[in-house]
Amino acid sequence: MDFLRPGTWEEALAAKAEHPSAVPLAGGTDVMVEINFDHRRPEYLLDLNRIGDLYEWETGERDVRLGASVPYTRIMEHLRGPLPGLALAAHTVGSPQIRNRGSVGGNLGAASPAGDSHPALLAAGAEVEAESVRGTRLIPVERFYTGVKRNALEPDELIRAVRIRKADGPQQFAKVGTRNAMVIAVCAFGLALHPEARAVRTGIGSAAPTPLRARAAEEFLDAALAEGGFWDSGRDLPPSLARQFAELAAGACNPIDDVRGSARYRRHAVGVMARRTLGWAWDTYRGSERTTRCA
Amino acid sequence: MRVNVTVNGRLREADDVWEGESLLYVLRERLGLPGSKNACEQGECGSCTVRLDGELVCACLVAAGQAEGREVVTVEGLAELAARRAGGSAPAGEERGEEGPPGAGLSPVQRAFVDAGAVQCGFCTPGLLVAADDLLARVPDPSDADIREALSGNLCRCTGYEKILDAVRLAAARAGETV
Ligand SMILES: Cc1cc2nc3c(=O)[nH]c(=O)nc-3n(C[C@H](O)[C@H](O)[C@H](O)COP(=O)(O)OP(=O)(O)OC[C@H]3O[C@@H](n4cnc5c(N)ncnc54)[C@H](O)[C@@H]3O)c2cc1C
Ligand code: FES
Ligand code: FES
Repeated sequence: MDFLRPGTWEEALAAKAEHPSAVPLAGGTDVMVEINFDHRRPEYLLDLNRIGDLYEWETGERDVRLGASVPYTRIMEHLRGPLPGLALAAHTVGSPQIRNRGSVGGNLGAASPAGDSHPALLAAGAEVEAESVRGTRLIPVERFYTGVKRNALEPDELIRAVRIRKADGPQQFAKVGTRNAMVIAVCAFGLALHPEARAVRTGIGSAAPTPLRARAAEEFLDAALAEGGFWDSGRDLPPSLARQFAELAAGACNPIDDVRGSARYRRHAVGVMARRTLGWAWDTYRGSERTTRCA
Repeated sequence: MRVNVTVNGRLREADDVWEGESLLYVLRERLGLPGSKNACEQGECGSCTVRLDGELVCACLVAAGQAEGREVVTVEGLAELAARRAGGSAPAGEERGEEGPPGAGLSPVQRAFVDAGAVQCGFCTPGLLVAADDLLARVPDPSDADIREALSGNLCRCTGYEKILDAVRLAAARAGETV
């Protein structure tokens, strides 16, 4: 095994081009487990810890450009405002020790259907900035997940950053597990209201081979909210509407039975989380609508 | 490969380190610092918890090469760290406490663990001490929720945690008194 230690991003890209089999190493919270248990013996480890750019973020007009290695702890501390859904999801990852090292870039690299970033990124809207010596491309996050633990990166590509839409409305994240800390999601759900676009977006985790959006549920809700004039009135959502949204979200799942939960339970739980996150987010939206209108 | 790392304030050098080796292995097997424990090697138990450049991490999940040129604090360095924070030198008896009475040379958090009866088999203790020390350095007067959250990555199979919570409260209260 060789330990490659690029000092700059350009050196990292050059190393990855020269050794496409090299395994990038960021926080190591996935990679080191595999190495400790001898599940993986890569020829090259490509350490990204020395590349300062990957630990920085920029907040632009429309997006936050989040460096691939920014640890979850930083997201919770500094990006709760523009990225509320991701900050909530980050808070549920592992433990303080894991959150101090683990990153969204690593979560995307691992592409586990249970990764907690994914529902939040899907709901907010995001592109993965993939780069190689050949150039940069932006991959919409919904097209990034290609299979169980597989992603759209080419062998010579690395994730430089994730461009995540800044929130223009309330966002929520919910996760089912056996306790609060240190839990791989049985299933998870992210929801974002986008009042400017008058749209609702969702993300489902751990209930299909890849993280995915509940498209039919989103379309139903977008139409129902528009038709009922809910965005303007900020009225309470009728229970029947929330129920149908929940059913459609559950219907988007394609889960498996495993040690953490049965397929039937997962489908049921996703429905419950969809209804609850919608309720919480809508309450916040109504609250802010009321205050702006009263002001 | 060779790895140079500052551990508890001293520059150390480890040779013949395998490229896939963890920082935990280097500390325990190459640098003779067995305080950090190895229980799960998968980030679940927290018994290997150390500070890496000030951040609380699981040493079992840090590749040795990633620690090159960095600063590590292990449980062995807590007393000295506490003394340095307090602006003094290392407390007497720090070298294994052979000279002084039992308990001499312990950091305030360590002493609180002893006094509160928070140590049974002791396997989880080093990791919990490093995590508790980190919490109290950041949040001098933590709420119970703060303590639970800060220690949520550390498992103990003996104590049932209550005495551990007591120990952290005790350490916080004592620190408050001396201010
Ligand atoms: C005890 C424990 C609890 C955990 N709990 C959770 C949890 O609750 N939720 C959750 O989602 N995850 C959890 N995880 C998994 C892990 O912490 C996350 O997936 C984390 O986001 C990985 O980030 P990392 O920086 O540590 O990645 P690494 O382990 O360094 O890398 C992960 C993968 O991504 C690749 N990679 C890393 N950076 C890049 C890059 N810039 N470009 C291309 N590829 C890259 C690596 O090659 C590897 O395949 C847990 C892990 C442990 C050990
Ligand atoms: S040995 Fe590192 S967390 Fe258990
Ligand atoms: S005292 Fe035995 S594991 Fe905690």
